[in-house]
Amino acid sequence: MSLLEMRHIKKSFDGLSVLKDISLTVEEGEVLGIIGPSGSGKSTLLRCATGLETQDEGEILYNGTFGLVFQNFNLFPHYTVLKNITDAPLRVQKRKKSEVMEEARVLLKKMGLEDKEKAYPYQLSGGQQQRVSIARALAMKPDILFFDEPTSALDPELTGEILKVIRQLAEEKMTMVIVTHEMNFAKNVADHVIFMDGGLIAVEGTSEEVFSSHHERLNEFLGKF
Amino acid sequence: MNLSVMLQQLSSGMLVSIEIFVLTLVFSLPLGLVICFGRMSKITVLRWLSSAYISIMRGTPLMLQLMVVYFGPYFIFGVRITKSYSIIAVLIGFAINYAAYFAEIYRGGIESMPVGQYEAAKLLGYSKAQTFIHIILPQVVKRILPSITNEVITLVKDTSLAFVLAVSEMFTIAKQIASSQTTMMPFVVAALFYYIFNLLVAVVMNTIERKLNYYR
Repeated sequence: MSLLEMRHIKKSFDGLSVLKDISLTVEEGEVLGIIGPSGSGKSTLLRCATGLETQDEGEILYNGTFGLVFQNFNLFPHYTVLKNITDAPLRVQKRKKSEVMEEARVLLKKMGLEDKEKAYPYQLSGGQQQRVSIARALAMKPDILFFDEPTSALDPELTGEILKVIRQLAEEKMTMVIVTHEMNFAKNVADHVIFMDGGLIAVEGTSEEVFSSHHERLNEFLGKF
Repeated sequence: MNLSVMLQQLSSGMLVSIEIFVLTLVFSLPLGLVICFGRMSKITVLRWLSSAYISIMRGTPLMLQLMVVYFGPYFIFGVRITKSYSIIAVLIGFAINYAAYFAEIYRGGIESMPVGQYEAAKLLGYSKAQTFIHIILPQVVKRILPSITNEVITLVKDTSLAFVLAVSEMFTIAKQIASSQTTMMPFVVAALFYYIFNLLVAVVMNTIERKLNYYR
């Protein structure tokens, strides 16, 4: 079953065309990696998919709920780790407090942050903050989780922490769409990969297909890593 | 006149000064938020009106505004002005003047918030009102507190402007005693009063700032 379908999405900013006819589908349980050079439209695509931007043309069909993990975390600095995770399920989804708290603690444990629930975001490392933000998104029980360059603000060591968490989610068959510059990660974890260039999908397929493609622009791009 | 009689008379003025101070804050702090929303509204007319309001309130002397509020009803509508209206005119004048300054401080604070906070809240399903009240406002308060402290300290001293409408606050009474008794003493007491009042304000605001320092 496809959870998300984007059809002929076009988007421009002040006459500059950023997305020029993008179509894609995300199937339940799959991990879709989106790679490509800066300015190719990856982030804009994700922002359209998550409703942070409205496309000029085309339609998006959702078959479920979604969450987003940002590049720079965007945790709420005035809330503790636990409140960051539980506030939206309680306030927005109006779920039962005991249940939400219990699930939040399970998530924290899974993220290796069980001793940090009373900490404030500023007291955490970047990697820890990003794990909290993943837990915050997961606490809403989304059907799809989008990641917008989740490791770009982190050093290589912390990047590893985050990739491990995402890999674990992939093993649990979480449906994910990941914009990333980590090529090895896209190659190993993504089921499907899209290579974007100049606002278009230049290459798409299974990750083996894409990473063994002879597409000139893609090889030039991958050669830089 | 001995010192104790003088202090007795001045202390009734102190109470009026404190009353002006407290009531001005009670009215102008929320009113400022309303004007700030107008200033940031998507509706052009509202934005324009709020800008004009702020511009006039900040661009003309508070003393003159007090006189307009006091004499305006008579000169514009022909309403007879009673003596008891003077304290009300002072409170109206102060509240609408300070609200303009607070509105701009609020706006500065709100506009300094990273857009990522709104985006994160939106993705988590918070309504616009929930986002503002629970996510944005608490952080804005922390950011604008030093600027608010500045205004509050200015307000303490500005309460002395109420003398133009002959409201018997601290400064009005000090002036009366000084001229009738030909002594500088009441001004010394008045200066001490304003200074100690502001020391207290600074201590209170500092305490609030420290309380909000539990996060960064």
